Amino acid sequence: MANAAAATPQDGATQTATDAGLDSVVVRFAGDSGDGMQLTGGQFTLSTALAGNDLATFPDFPAEIRAPQGTLFGVSAFQINFGSRAIHTAGDAPDVLVAMNPAALKTNLAALKPGGLVIADTGAFTKRNLDKAKYDSNPLEDGSLAKFDLLAFDISEKTIEAVKPFGLGNKDALRSKNMWTLGLALWMFDRPREPIHDWLKAKFAKAPDIADANIAALDAGHAYGETAELSGPQGNVFRQLHVDPVESEPGLYRTVTGAEAVSLGLVAGAQLAELPMFFGGYPITPASAILHHLARLKEFGVTTFQAEDEIAAICAAIGASYAGQLGVTSSSGPGIALKTEAIGLGIMTELPLVIVNSQRGGPSTGLPTKTEQSDLYQAVYGRNGDAPMPVIAARSPSDAFEVAIEACRIAVEYMTPVMLLTDGYIANAAEPWKVPDPADFAPFPAEFLDTPNAKDADGGDTFLPYKRDAKGARPWVKPGTPGLLHRIGGIEKHETTGNIDYSPDNHQRMTDLRKSKVENIAVPDQQVALGDETGTLAVVGWGSTYGPIHQAVRRSIEKGLSVSHIHVRHIWPLPANLGELLKGFDHVLVPEMNTGQFKTVLRDQFLVDAQPLTKTSGQPFQIAELEAAIAKYFDGIDGNEGGQVNVNDQQLPSPEGGAK
Amino acid sequence: MNAPVKFETTLKDWETDQEVRWCPGCGDYAILKAVQRTLPQLGADPAKTVFISGIGCSSRFPYYMESYGFHTIHGRAPAVATGVKLANPELDIWLVTGDGDGLSIGGNHLMHVLRRNVNMQIMLFNNEIYGLTKGQASPTSREGTRSPSSPLGSVDHPAKPAAFALGAGARFVGRGFDVSKHLPDVLKAAHAHQGAAFIEIFQNCIVYNKDVFDDFAAPKGAEDRQLWLEDGKPMLFAGETKGIALDRDALELKVVDVADGDWEAAGVLVHDVTKRQIAHMLVDMPFGPFPMALGVLYDDARPTFESAVIAEREQASAGKEANLTKLLAKGQTWTVSGTAQDPV
Repeated sequence: MANAAAATPQDGATQTATDAGLDSVVVRFAGDSGDGMQLTGGQFTLSTALAGNDLATFPDFPAEIRAPQGTLFGVSAFQINFGSRAIHTAGDAPDVLVAMNPAALKTNLAALKPGGLVIADTGAFTKRNLDKAKYDSNPLEDGSLAKFDLLAFDISEKTIEAVKPFGLGNKDALRSKNMWTLGLALWMFDRPREPIHDWLKAKFAKAPDIADANIAALDAGHAYGETAELSGPQGNVFRQLHVDPVESEPGLYRTVTGAEAVSLGLVAGAQLAELPMFFGGYPITPASAILHHLARLKEFGVTTFQAEDEIAAICAAIGASYAGQLGVTSSSGPGIALKTEAIGLGIMTELPLVIVNSQRGGPSTGLPTKTEQSDLYQAVYGRNGDAPMPVIAARSPSDAFEVAIEACRIAVEYMTPVMLLTDGYIANAAEPWKVPDPADFAPFPAEFLDTPNAKDADGGDTFLPYKRDAKGARPWVKPGTPGLLHRIGGIEKHETTGNIDYSPDNHQRMTDLRKSKVENIAVPDQQVALGDETGTLAVVGWGSTYGPIHQAVRRSIEKGLSVSHIHVRHIWPLPANLGELLKGFDHVLVPEMNTGQFKTVLRDQFLVDAQPLTKTSGQPFQIAELEAAIAKYFDGIDGNEGGQVNVNDQQLPSPEGGAK
Repeated sequence: MNAPVKFETTLKDWETDQEVRWCPGCGDYAILKAVQRTLPQLGADPAKTVFISGIGCSSRFPYYMESYGFHTIHGRAPAVATGVKLANPELDIWLVTGDGDGLSIGGNHLMHVLRRNVNMQIMLFNNEIYGLTKGQASPTSREGTRSPSSPLGSVDHPAKPAAFALGAGARFVGRGFDVSKHLPDVLKAAHAHQGAAFIEIFQNCIVYNKDVFDDFAAPKGAEDRQLWLEDGKPMLFAGETKGIALDRDALELKVVDVADGDWEAAGVLVHDVTKRQIAHMLVDMPFGPFPMALGVLYDDARPTFESAVIAEREQASAGKEANLTKLLAKGQTWTVSGTAQDPV
């Protein structure tokens, strides 16, 4: 992060920071889960995108829908990092913390940068709320926030005042508190209000009074910033801060979350395959959003089916694929576990199927709303029998679009289930997205067999349901096709006829064929995302760690270190050149939000000494942690990580020094 | 129902080249023949017919039918079949399951396929035992059933498949048994029904639960123990000397004697397949004091799940253009200058 603390100038004067070299700002909105913080954050994001800044967000909310009001575990937060340069992460430490109650302040203050700005609603700092947050005294008054700047005023009261003309009761009026706060934030960072006005009018089209009350609250917050002389305890005067638009590739942009991008990618993939899509789902956090998006896209030939359970969701998708549609199912870890037997059926019957796993913290129910990458073993290895399945992973919300298309392609071309890994962070986070042109993607139309594909002993036409093409894929035949009647199932079957066959030789061959089909899937060569093709250290990531790794490697390269970032999309099969690529580096470091799963796969597949850097706190990596881990391979000491110490005899005392 | 054009086939056309591997004397053979005999009479098209099964002895059925077939995983056939039907409603689906597959591991899916009313015929072969895993007590085994897993006799109360189906919301409930000559009639009625048609078929497991249905299925004395129900006909049995009447005070069924064929005087009920409350009493009628109710117990169609899904999809799509380019650019967008690209 750059010197965004300029947002709260410490030099006591009136420096506005507009042109003070500021290139990115991190703002965190935190409040009670009933305070509408996700909504506030979402709308601020939209407004920021429309202002032309690049951005990344991190929504962090409790698993409980309505956790008890005012409590520490009921705090919901939304962080956004935006700026005039390319943004890859939601930012490490916030520059600004908006705390709607004492619990929000308590749980989030530790993250705030020293000198950062706290905006707090004094109206919510009541004795009762302070008790719930386990504060002995009011932190807004007891001087404990001295190292920060503080803007504390009664947002509750000002909101009630603003919406008075609409005759709402106090309780209803306070619901607009988040809009007042948003209005202030919009002023502070010079964001337009019009998109929010439009959004409120559309959202409350049926209740114009509510829309108007919210707009009034928003405008009042904005006006407050404009007219009131906001000054903090250190006498600083806060002025509006303008962050320049980012320089990005020309084109049409929108914001997109991972869940949206996956949904759109699946729709695009089905179109490229020229197939109707059948989506079987069951509600689970954080995967449900995909079901919700697709349920509204029926005109694209999408059938969504909310099944009675996870198993039925995948089984119905397998049934639809059998009948000639593109079957898709989606879930999160616990649900994927339930689907496992059916995934095996899909592998055995060799039907196309896309399985989206929006990973969350595990095991068991784990951390439903927090993010983790701990289902990699489950994806690659987690089935009974030798059951190979391709696995690919999205690295960011916008990347999820392309990856979903790729999953559809592999499923249809190779007649196989494919697992697409995203995670809670990708699913919920938003980022600007250059709207792609569907014409840029090569179509992969599905082919259905409708005539016999072999000759029998007498030279007559016959049909072999498991006769493979050059890629190792068996033919796809829709039931209803005359002349190609056949039976399939989960029992081991004969190599060509598909009839039940338990014979030893046949099972050996079928196991080998299933394995080689998946191993030989055409996967693009691995590119280096940042840095040289060889060097001292390769930082190898997959999935949503892309942003922090990229930034950490970029900063390390700027410091002159020989580091490269390699980010793997195709987890299984791995790109054929990856082993050689990794051998071009002295060290391989694999940061993961698990206990080192991809590291194990890399060691197993390539016999490289991949070292793990693991984190399972439910929170994404911070750039600083990665930078520190990289530094240890150079001169960052701490065990030296086997790296070389860059000898600099001007700085380092040398044992022979005195003898020179 | 699903074959607007009557297709000419014979029983032989429905036989596959696969060797049938049920135990000699298994009731499944008789059911297989009954189905293979019924389909030509229905004018069914083998290419549009799909047999879908779970796991168990009964679930090997698809391999022996010359049609499309999918032998899925334990208990999940209703879910797979739902996907098949939604993807292609033209297909005529026969689900084959058993008491373990359908009521134990797959009980949840069976319940939901019935309440959703997905158009298919569901044949549940009830032999009151796990056959393929060598004879453990099943959810329909009678109390006290001695088996490898219940050497002292089972202690759990059995489920009643037909009562389960009706309770789950089935709009067609039929009953028959493996060697009954009436079984094809029940199958035909099920096939004519638009919606999920549930047929409980008592099936003799000759190895692990031999002759457990002989009380009513054995030819000798069958007349006295079988009540074959026909729509619009009085509920008579035992050579029309007995009938089923309603005890209006207790609100339950009772057996009455019929003198000189005057069933009306005896108060015998006339079977109306659309009467759901009577159907509830028929599926629950305890065998022993009562005969076994067989035939079509309940048949009252209502719109199917797939028709509702299709109607909703068509309604939601009406007037909307499936333009992916426009979809991708939906919502609030901004243009980074340097291009002439217009918002779409």
